[in-house]
Amino acid sequence: MILAANINFNVGALVDSFWQLTIDGLSWGAIYALVAVGYTLVFGVLRLINFAHSEIFMLGMFGAYFALDIVLGFTPSGNAYNKGVVLTIVYLGVAMLFAMLVSGGAAVGLEFIAYRPLRKRNARSLTFLITAIGMSFVLQQFVLFILPKLIPGYGGPNAQQPMVLVQPKTQFTFLGVAISNVTLVIIGAALVLAVLTDVAINRTKFGRGIRAVAQDPTTATLMGVSRERIIMTTFLIGGVLAGAAALLYTLKVPQGIIYSGGFLLGIKAFSAAVLGGIGNLRGALLGGLILGIMENYGQAVFGTQWRDVVAFALLVLVLLVRPTGILGESLGKARA
Amino acid sequence: MRGRVARNAFALGGAGLIVLALAGCSQGAPEQQAEQSNLKIVEKVQIDENGAEVKADQSVTPADPAGNGKATCPPVSIAMAGALNGPDAALGINIKNGVQLAIDKHNAANPGCQVQLKPFDTEGDPQKATAIAPQIVDDQYTIGLVGPAFSGETKATGGVFDQAGLVAATASATNVTLSENGWKTFFRGLANDGVQGPSVANYLKNTLSNKKVCVVDDSTDYGLGLAQAVRDTLGPVADAACNISVKKGDKDFSAAVTQVKGAGPDSVFYSGYYSEAAPFVQQLRDGGFEGKFVSADGTKDPEFVKQAGESSKGALLACPCGPATGSFADEYTKKFNQEPGTYSTEGYDLGTIMLKGIDGGAITRPALLDFVRNYNGQGVGRKYQWTPTGELTTTLIWMYDVQ
Repeated sequence: MILAANINFNVGALVDSFWQLTIDGLSWGAIYALVAVGYTLVFGVLRLINFAHSEIFMLGMFGAYFALDIVLGFTPSGNAYNKGVVLTIVYLGVAMLFAMLVSGGAAVGLEFIAYRPLRKRNARSLTFLITAIGMSFVLQQFVLFILPKLIPGYGGPNAQQPMVLVQPKTQFTFLGVAISNVTLVIIGAALVLAVLTDVAINRTKFGRGIRAVAQDPTTATLMGVSRERIIMTTFLIGGVLAGAAALLYTLKVPQGIIYSGGFLLGIKAFSAAVLGGIGNLRGALLGGLILGIMENYGQAVFGTQWRDVVAFALLVLVLLVRPTGILGESLGKARA
Repeated sequence: MRGRVARNAFALGGAGLIVLALAGCSQGAPEQQAEQSNLKIVEKVQIDENGAEVKADQSVTPADPAGNGKATCPPVSIAMAGALNGPDAALGINIKNGVQLAIDKHNAANPGCQVQLKPFDTEGDPQKATAIAPQIVDDQYTIGLVGPAFSGETKATGGVFDQAGLVAATASATNVTLSENGWKTFFRGLANDGVQGPSVANYLKNTLSNKKVCVVDDSTDYGLGLAQAVRDTLGPVADAACNISVKKGDKDFSAAVTQVKGAGPDSVFYSGYYSEAAPFVQQLRDGGFEGKFVSADGTKDPEFVKQAGESSKGALLACPCGPATGSFADEYTKKFNQEPGTYSTEGYDLGTIMLKGIDGGAITRPALLDFVRNYNGQGVGRKYQWTPTGELTTTLIWMYDVQ
């Protein structure tokens, strides 16, 4: 008889590699956090769960690949390239800009094509949800079937042949944990982007506009805030961050650039957003980090194949205890 | 408003660049340019159930689907079912091409007997296959099936073909229990995991003298079945502390890599498909694992080498499938503009066997079923003759090397 799954309870493994698991979890959490912001902002402003956001992320990965392949002229090779520090950073920067461009553009395009017509007709929220799920599939199938015909070698059933720019190498050891250059880049980039987004939402004029529309769209219009422009900006921000997360993800998993590569990550990022408090920007960031770390702990304790189960079980448990999420919904609430 | 958005977007991008600069400052000096990888999967040796080497028999010529050129038959078709789309499509397409080559050679040589190939895409998914099986069976012109390709979908649909009396010869499904269901129509064109598993395990244990092996499965029917067979045969050599299960579709294996590093085995055996094996071996090598990476037929595909790059060097891949040799390999390469892949040989051989039956006058389902049941002949990959449960009578496993 073959057991379909074994479940361990190996707390020893967790204690032994605690810091290593925490750091690895943080780097995953950073990626989840950046993607979760897209979900939480759109929900706060539109009360819509943008299920197609995972495909915005996936398109960002292809955008980064395109930048490396066609704009910068790399070819998929067996080894990691090592062009030296400065050049590598410049190349990664270009790839990130391209990823942000593609994702941001796709997000705005998505809003324009799929959601704006529904808003004009005052459709019910259920209709928005179904459209979001539908667009998610449309974008996946587009990359699977149509993209290979538009750009040969892109898309299709197999993952893109990886172009590894950064060979993962341990930079230094801290508290017994080997910290690799990839981890540093991911956590560093995510940190800066998170801070910038927080500043943008909480301290700038259009950030106030976003919060105003999230709180009360009609009154916001009376106050002179253009609702449509705010919505476009919200999608743009979410898309740009998803594009950045996409590039960081390709550093971690170079073989992940495939039409279905965004799906599971998107669901987890959405769970992270709910975990932290849907509609709350800091909640999304916190939720992402917590989810990444707890997932890693769960893998160590229960077994590798229980990773996804731990992520979603955690979500359910937190919601049972605190239905509004850890930091609570707050985008729409008045704040001093 | 727009100015702000643009400025902030540039700020975001610029900040990203600055962070990358700060983080990368501690990188080492520039090294050599990365070279284009020329790794290929090359056959190494044939092994028997004890892991000992067996020399291949070069003397007998394989059956030719063209036959004597004088066959006549009414319009009949042979179906092929497998993953033609999705992440594992390469494996299904290889089989389809093999069958296609046999049928096209036959039709070109025998103007009086034109057989049609009907491919069905199941994506390798048991649920989709269950929906497609009735379509295959309802087509009255289809008197034989090469497929399904994967173990899970074969398990789900075997009963349907058995009830319809449609001979279903699989070119690739290797799960052991498939032949234990009493299906009269099931034929396996290669050795099963019950042979592949112990053969590989004994090869690691006896020939390579491994003292500790980590066995990792991907929780699919195929992966679990093969891993169980390997674990049982390895016995104490299979380290219980790194008995790992991952999930098909996973791309991050950091916890598994940590566990493997902690156990420090001589080899890691991965029981699953190439789309997970590639990131897994890359993460293993990046994590500093220096032992052997061993896998089986689900990984043996050029996509594995393409996606894993240099990390796949030195990987040992077992396969019940034989290497494509001789005129078959040349004809395949010319026709499809790529070299024959895993199971192309089996697809070709099974297609050839069914065509021989049709040429000999077996143009109904019961007649073709009977023909296949009593067949005894040489193919490109091996000798084909079946036991009453549908297993081959002689079973050898090939070991391949990535070099």
